Amino acid sequence: MSLRDGPLSDMRPPVRWVATVALAVAAVTAVALFAGDRRETMRSGVYLAARQAVGGVAGPVGAVLAIPARWIAGGLGAAGAYIDAGARNRELETELSTARGWRDKAVALAAENTRYRAMMGVRTDPPIPMVFARTVLDARGPFNNSRLADAGAVRGVTEGNPALGEHGLVGRVTGVAPNASRIMLLTDVESRTPVLIARTNGRAILTGDGSAAPRLAWLRTHDPVREGDRVLTSGDGGVIPRGLPVGAAVRGYDGRWRVALDSDASPVDFVQILLFRDFAQLTPLAELQPRVLPSAATAAPAPAPMATPTAKP
Amino acid sequence: MTAPSARPLPVTLWLLAPWLACAAGQIVLAAPVRVLGLQLPEPVFAFAAAFAWGAIRPSPLPPIALLVMGVFLDALWGAPIGFWALCLLAVYAPALLGRRILAGASFPVLWGWYAAACAMALGVGWAIVAARSGTAPDLVGVFWQWLVTAALYPFAGRLIEGYEEADVRFR
Repeated sequence: MSLRDGPLSDMRPPVRWVATVALAVAAVTAVALFAGDRRETMRSGVYLAARQAVGGVAGPVGAVLAIPARWIAGGLGAAGAYIDAGARNRELETELSTARGWRDKAVALAAENTRYRAMMGVRTDPPIPMVFARTVLDARGPFNNSRLADAGAVRGVTEGNPALGEHGLVGRVTGVAPNASRIMLLTDVESRTPVLIARTNGRAILTGDGSAAPRLAWLRTHDPVREGDRVLTSGDGGVIPRGLPVGAAVRGYDGRWRVALDSDASPVDFVQILLFRDFAQLTPLAELQPRVLPSAATAAPAPAPMATPTAKP
Repeated sequence: MTAPSARPLPVTLWLLAPWLACAAGQIVLAAPVRVLGLQLPEPVFAFAAAFAWGAIRPSPLPPIALLVMGVFLDALWGAPIGFWALCLLAVYAPALLGRRILAGASFPVLWGWYAAACAMALGVGWAIVAARSGTAPDLVGVFWQWLVTAALYPFAGRLIEGYEEADVRFR
């Protein structure tokens, strides 16, 4: 006799309670996972293995799935460009006439700059090695802004490396798998980047909040920002080199100073990951070694000028 | 005697297939492309499945499926592990606990309930991220994600209509 035909056949199954218990267990598990997920724990154990596995698999899968999407976007882009050709032509003519004026100023400034450098002995920063990568997956919601790039530890990428787009800083690497790396964008809620205002040298922390234009927080010095001021990385903290272009200062809809990112000017399909570790990398190691000083045993100390006896008149 | 309207619920159709469809949709929309200069929207497909699973019938399987889906989304989008599982369960819970109210409701009314559940889940996500990072996420971005996710209700509605009369014992 089966259970269905027995005395329990009329019993209402407690599935609702089972489902509620399952819901509670799942919620507790999710809370435990969330509470245990810290940046430091991500670098070891099962978290690292899981994220590396997902990155390693999602990278190639995303690259394949992105191909038809790129074709469609390319086709629509070409159609849009054809439709906008007239207006775009007029816009470019205006930009060209403005750019000619800037070109003359740039030539004059370059000549002046060369003289100053020669006078002060200032050298430009040595080039930093970089890796060219293609972004294959993109998270762009209000809570997470990151991209998966198809270059990883095999090509020398490490956590903390800055990533540049075609026009400026995009973000920095926060996770690395052998053949993929995750780049946290400047717009991510957890992104904090030390920057400076080029005109005033005022410092600030660029703070992502999920919007397209991150906020300028902790602005130092009095009235350091004006609309349109160029914003660069300051190099403070030693994580990101100084002087990388970030964007232009703008007033946000909430009245706060924000930065219109240079990297928004074009799609971030490709990125250059700077293999930057610290500032010691920018100087030859030989120059950082302490110079050999003469020991006290080999040279007699010179007499102090005040110790020299003087004859009284 | 078996009720004439009681039909078996194949797990592959009401649970596994939507799960795979949501995962695939999320990967496709994660392509880093712009169309006419605009980024693709980023709806949370799994919100629709979570709401439908709660409304169809009580079962211990959906919370587990949502937990796994949440961890998958965390890994895909680079979120802290457990974050999206909590958001998905925040959609599932009101649908499960309010099944008696949702039963027999019209399409627009269910859509309204779904939109409210999505708003609550994104509100939970907003609060978690604000507490963790110390920075309140931009509400405009949250609104856009809510809007495109709420627009997915026909997907959930079709799932509910297909299975809501499958087992009248749970009414």
